[in-house]
Amino acid sequence: MSRQPYVRPMSTTTWYMRNGRYKVYVLRELSSFLVTFYSFLTISALAALAANSPDKWDAFLASQQATGMMVFHGLALLYFLFFQTFPWFKLAPKAMPVYMGEKKLPDSYIIIGHYVAWVVVSVFILWLAGVI
Amino acid sequence: MSTRTRTLELEIMRYDPEKDKEPWFQTYTVPCIEDWVILDAINYVKENLDTTLAYRWSCHMMVCGSCGMMVNGEPALTCKTFIRELPDKVRIEPLENFPIERDLVVVLDDVIQKLHKVQPYIIRKDPPPAEDQEYIQTRGQLAIFKQLTMCINCMCCYAACPQYGLDKNFIGPAALALAHRYNRDNRDQGKSDRLDILADHDGVWDCSFVGACSEVCPKHVDPAAAIQQMKIDGAMEFWKQKMGIPGDKS
Amino acid sequence: MAIAKKAIVWGLFAAGGTLTAFVFPALIALYLVIATGNVPDGLQFEQIHNFAASWLGKACLFIVLFLSVWHAAHRLRVVAHDFGIRKDTLVANAVYAVAALGTVLTAFYLFGIR
Repeated sequence: MSRQPYVRPMSTTTWYMRNGRYKVYVLRELSSFLVTFYSFLTISALAALAANSPDKWDAFLASQQATGMMVFHGLALLYFLFFQTFPWFKLAPKAMPVYMGEKKLPDSYIIIGHYVAWVVVSVFILWLAGVI
Repeated sequence: MSTRTRTLELEIMRYDPEKDKEPWFQTYTVPCIEDWVILDAINYVKENLDTTLAYRWSCHMMVCGSCGMMVNGEPALTCKTFIRELPDKVRIEPLENFPIERDLVVVLDDVIQKLHKVQPYIIRKDPPPAEDQEYIQTRGQLAIFKQLTMCINCMCCYAACPQYGLDKNFIGPAALALAHRYNRDNRDQGKSDRLDILADHDGVWDCSFVGACSEVCPKHVDPAAAIQQMKIDGAMEFWKQKMGIPGDKS
Repeated sequence: MAIAKKAIVWGLFAAGGTLTAFVFPALIALYLVIATGNVPDGLQFEQIHNFAASWLGKACLFIVLFLSVWHAAHRLRVVAHDFGIRKDTLVANAVYAVAALGTVLTAFYLFGIR
C-alpha cells in the first residue's frame, strides 16, 4: 500500500466559472473598474473647474452629452447598485456586528439602517446638484 | 417516518492510488428511502454494492465533522444533506481543494497544521486566577464568540474557499475563525501573539471576502465574518500603535 | 513590515468601499443627467465652482476621491490575482501608483479652484 495523493488541478484564470457564487463575486470585484473610471472622470471635471472660467467647464459638460454616454451611465448605475452598493450593505453587519449585552442586534436592522442612510445621502447630493 | 422509496443514481468519484492515474466516476443505482440523507445512500453502496469504496464518517449527527464531501459541486456534510432536497442524479466527490488519498478520503494534514499554528488556546500574560477561583466570564462576554466555538472542523469551508484553492499558504477560514474565537475570549491575552501570524501576508489579508465559506458552513460559524472583523482589528491595531495609544493588555 | 502595509491599504479599501457604496450611485446618476443635456442649476459653472472653491466643498471632494481611488486600486490588485496574474508586487506598485497619482491630481486641481 503506497500513498500517492491526487491533486486536482485548478485553473488560476477561469476558476470562478465553477459556480454561480464565484461568478457573482468576480462581478462584484470588477466594479472597481467603474470606481476607477468615475473617479478619474470627476478628477477631469475638477481640472475643468480649476481653469476658473466658465468656458472650460461648459466644454467639459458638452463633452459628456451624448446618447452613448446616457446608455453607458444607465447601465453603469445598475451594475454599480447590484454589484457594489447592495452587496456592500448586505455584508456590513458581518464586518461590524453590534452586541447589546448578550443579544446581537439583528443583521437586518444594520442593513436597513444602511439603506435609509443611503437614500438620505443620495437625496442630499441630488438636491445639492439641483436635480430635485 | 416515511418509507416512500426513490431510486437515486449516485456518481461517485473513485481513485485508487495503486491502480489509477487519475480519478474517475462510478455510477451506482441506489434504492433510497425518502427520509435518508446522502450518507445513508453511500452506506448502502458500501454494504450492498461495493465494499471497496473508501470514505470517512462516524457520528451521523453533525457532530464529528468527518463526512464532508462535495454533493453536486457543493461542500456539505453528507449526514445533513437529505435526498429529498436533491435531484435523482447526485454526484459525490471528495472535498475540493484537498489532495485525494483514496476515493472520497482527502488528505487534511495541511489544515490540521494550520489549526495548530494559530495557537487555539487561552494564552495568559497575567497569572491565572488562584486555584480555588475561576475565570469570570459574563454571558455577554461569551455571546460575542460563542458562535465561533461551534466549528467541528469538517473543512467544508476550505473546500468552498477559492483563495485557499489558489494559494495553499493562505491560513484559511476555519483556522482564522478559531483564532478569532480566542482573540474575543475575555480570559485570553494572546491577541498580540497571534497578530504576527494572522496579520502577516498569508493571514487575514489573503481573504477577499468571497463569503463562500460562511454559506456552506453546516454549523453557521460564519468564518467570513470573523475574518473581516480580524482585518478591522488588525487595521485599528496598526493605527493605535502609530499614534502611540497603548493597546489592551493582550 | 508586511503587517503595516496591508493594514493601511486594507483600511483605505474598506473606508473607500463604504463611501463609494453610498455616494457613487448618486454621482453616476448626475453624469446620467448631464448626458441627457439637461444640466441642473447646481452643476452650472457659477454654483459648482462656488462649491468647489469653498473649504467644505474641497474637503468633501477630496475625501470622496481620495478614498475612491485607493479603494479601487486595492480591489484591482485582487482582481488581477483572481484572473491569474501572479506578479503581485508589480501589480501592487502599479495600482497604488495610479491611486497616488489620482490623489495628487485631486489635491492639485482643488488647490487651483478659487
